[in-house]
Amino acid sequence: MNGFWSKGSLARYGASRLATAVLVLVGSIALLCSLTLIVPGDPARILLGARATPELVETFRQQMGLNLPLYERVFVFFKHALQGDLGTDVISGRSVTDMVLAALPNTILLAVSAIGLAVLLGIPIGCYAAVRPGSLLDQVLAVFSVSLVATPSYVVAILLLYFFSVRLGWFPVLGAGEPGHVLDQLHHLILPTIALAVGWIGYIARLVRSSLLEVLSEPYIRTARAYGQPERRVVMKYALKLACIPTVAILGVGIGELMGGAVFVEVIFNRPGLGSLVFDAIRVRNYPVVQGCILIIVAIFVLANLLVDFAYAWLDPRVREALGRTRSGGGV
Amino acid sequence: MDILRRIWRSPSGRIGLIATLLVVIGGLAAPLLATHMPNQIDVAARLSPPSATHWLGTDQLGRDLFSRGLYGTRVAVGVALAVTAIALVIGILLGVAAAYAPAPIERIILAVFDIISAYPTLILALALVAVLGPGLQNIIILVTIVFVPRFGRIARAQTLTIKEQPFLEAERALGASGGRIMLFHVLPNIVGPIVVLASMNIPVVITLEAGLSFLGVGIRPPLASWGSMLFDGFTYIGQSVWPVLVAGGMLTLATLGFTLFGEALRDAIDPKLRREP
Repeated sequence: MNGFWSKGSLARYGASRLATAVLVLVGSIALLCSLTLIVPGDPARILLGARATPELVETFRQQMGLNLPLYERVFVFFKHALQGDLGTDVISGRSVTDMVLAALPNTILLAVSAIGLAVLLGIPIGCYAAVRPGSLLDQVLAVFSVSLVATPSYVVAILLLYFFSVRLGWFPVLGAGEPGHVLDQLHHLILPTIALAVGWIGYIARLVRSSLLEVLSEPYIRTARAYGQPERRVVMKYALKLACIPTVAILGVGIGELMGGAVFVEVIFNRPGLGSLVFDAIRVRNYPVVQGCILIIVAIFVLANLLVDFAYAWLDPRVREALGRTRSGGGV
Repeated sequence: MDILRRIWRSPSGRIGLIATLLVVIGGLAAPLLATHMPNQIDVAARLSPPSATHWLGTDQLGRDLFSRGLYGTRVAVGVALAVTAIALVIGILLGVAAAYAPAPIERIILAVFDIISAYPTLILALALVAVLGPGLQNIIILVTIVFVPRFGRIARAQTLTIKEQPFLEAERALGASGGRIMLFHVLPNIVGPIVVLASMNIPVVITLEAGLSFLGVGIRPPLASWGSMLFDGFTYIGQSVWPVLVAGGMLTLATLGFTLFGEALRDAIDPKLRREP
């Protein structure tokens, strides 16, 4: 335990993971920039339309930094980004940083509540199924889970919107609710959260079921049973903790995919957020906004994966042990 | 045959096989099965519920939903197969090359994979649409880019595990060229798990393509695709829910079918691959 948290191993592990994360961030923006070079057609002209004067196109090219060579564009972008400046929206003239900061809380709220709901429902469903493998309940839950996984989030979102908002009128149709009005915002949050969470409920349920089944066949569980521990306690106290590790591991990917899914949900429920912001920017090819949003989304994704890696190392005694050994220089 | 029998034995495999067959046959036989031309407009009967003439109702232009849905199958499955096949070939080539290449080249290939995987799937697809523009051909190109690293990574990992095995060493000792070893000895040995991964990838591609088309940056109208049908239906949802039900239903049937089929195929070919659900 103290081996893992002592400075050496954690620092080295963290440093190498951080370096990779930074490289990936720079690389992802470089990829985006280089794509604009490869593809035929001038982004400025596409944005402005065919009737724009050459002078106007030139001004826009300069504003979007399209005249600079690739490495300089990436360098300038990151130099400004590190100072908190993600560029300027060429259409409205607003600061991209402000736009992103205004949108971000909505999306984070949505993603976190969706993940929360998925974990709250997915883990118990998975447990129920795993405790009675092969039973009717297990089979029903299996079909239920796979259906949840297979139904695209946007189909769920539209159907929820139709039945609960349009037909029944229980929930508001549009927006994120009045700012500062917590109950109203919660009311607006419920359907989008369900729509975004549905696939992950099924996914986590299946994951927990299969890893719990695996853990339950381990010798140390047999030992716990042999000591006469009640089954409930064996599952809840000894097995579930280890069985949740794969769930933690996929949450990193999950956050990223949720940022993607948020695009659909935000567009369908007309919620302001990072997803709808990047989508609107992409539709009109507003590159500075696209770049700024993508940087933030990729950064969140990379950060989430980083955190998950650390959580994983901390949760799994085997990984913890291995890292502790590298530090002390011993090892087998 | 044995594999098919094993798939048929499990209930979920059976459902998957039937749903997959329904979707594939529906797509292939669309011209025979369709009761109307997919783009035939009948404004008088717009947004009508199911009836004897329009089995599943009509959309906002009075186009027959059953027929459009069938033709949409062709787009969805066609794109999914094309993307998976191309990504499979490129991914295997890059993956095997990475396993055999000198360290600097291997690192470059892996870095590119890492960068591509650093994007959430949909966000990368949207970013690429921003650059390439929408349309059938571009959708195939950009979705392929999204999926190449998945195949590349597993191809590399598989190659590394068999690279040092005695039979390849023997082959090298006999004087076989690197290309010959990769093509005739490495490839057949790594292809199994990768094909399983490819089959499980199909529903993901279908969902992604339909999603992009739903957002209006995928397949362009009037070509019938489930995503754009869903978008049209969403626009007119206050007047009729049928377009959404038809497009969403067919889409879900296809993804569910391919998911169950892919999992049954995996279990039938190699249960050891079953690492995650």
